[in-house]
Amino acid sequence: MDIIETVFVRNNLVVAFAVVGVTIWLSYFLAKRLTNNRIHGSAIAIAFGLLAAYWGGITTGGRTGVADIALLGGIGLMGGGMMRDFAIVATAFGVHISELKKAGLAGVISIFAGVIVSFIVGAAIAVMFGYTDPAAITTIGAGAVTYIVGPVTGEAIGASDAVITLSVAAGLVKSILVMIGTPLIARHIGLDNPQSAMVFGGLMGTTSGVAAGLAATDPKLVPYGAMTATFYTGLGCLLGPSILYFIVSGIF
Amino acid sequence: MIIYGVALLSVCLILGMLIGEALGVLLGVKANVGGVGIAMLFLILASNSRKFKALTEGASGFGITFWSAMYIPIVVAMAARQNVAAAIDGGLLALAAGVAAVVVSFALVPVFSKIGGGSSAPESNSDTDEQGPT
Repeated sequence: MDIIETVFVRNNLVVAFAVVGVTIWLSYFLAKRLTNNRIHGSAIAIAFGLLAAYWGGITTGGRTGVADIALLGGIGLMGGGMMRDFAIVATAFGVHISELKKAGLAGVISIFAGVIVSFIVGAAIAVMFGYTDPAAITTIGAGAVTYIVGPVTGEAIGASDAVITLSVAAGLVKSILVMIGTPLIARHIGLDNPQSAMVFGGLMGTTSGVAAGLAATDPKLVPYGAMTATFYTGLGCLLGPSILYFIVSGIF
Repeated sequence: MIIYGVALLSVCLILGMLIGEALGVLLGVKANVGGVGIAMLFLILASNSRKFKALTEGASGFGITFWSAMYIPIVVAMAARQNVAAAIDGGLLALAAGVAAVVVSFALVPVFSKIGGGSSAPESNSDTDEQGPT
């Protein structure tokens, strides 16, 4: 056992490549055999990833899913922010400027609309659950924007730790649901062209959710959705502790 | 040379991230504002420009398309390191807030997609084909 552990831990990134490769092979095999490719192989692979993350979380009590298991530590590096951003930028290679221009205005509007709508929905749910403290309502609303905007806002306006944790959980639920739900709902919301992908990225905003959701729907749409989504968290962090908090304070 | 393409990609990301961080500081926000999006714009400009031909064509271009094709595997690894347990532990409030935000946002996609003209089919002949699962 010692030998295995030494080799796996020392070469953790290489182990991650192998494990992810096997997972994807199995997922595409299942997609073809069980669903006749009606469910995309990458959607199944992402679902496996989330299941593994849940299992890793409950067995280790850590915060980075399956990457908290020593033998699979490389998953943390391979799926971390640095590699994710590097690969997302690479998907922009070969994108035509004309497509961006066509959807530019709709994309920008959707980023603002996305942040504000998600915030209102999250804040309304907080009120429905009986919260009356403006800082708590704002923080939970910000969590429904993304799981980064929640804690950034909460810390800035002095929300309690419990509320900040809730806001992160709300953001995580959103991110995971976008990963799973996008391929299922794509056809019904017209998500099949660069323009709607840019709007989609702007409205959803969770970079991880949009990245995985579009990958499982149609990889050609990834750069368009990712482009707008990356501005969303920044805008959320800008509006959350300022204008949105002032408005909530004015109401409650 | 493959490394030329990889280096171009890296420089685009670093420049984008630096600008995103600077924007965050300027706006007084504790976040990177659009760094990845700005990096993508740089790469699009470079790949559409003749001046960068040596860095984007042939073997150099392969250095970029390789990472583009690694996108889905990286996303699978990303899914495997999410804090799913915490999301489920968040209870009913977190679940309700997350689900409601997603449902409303999904519903708005067709509404906002209509802004600025008709839709078009995705390009099928671009370089991004290589990242497509087969």
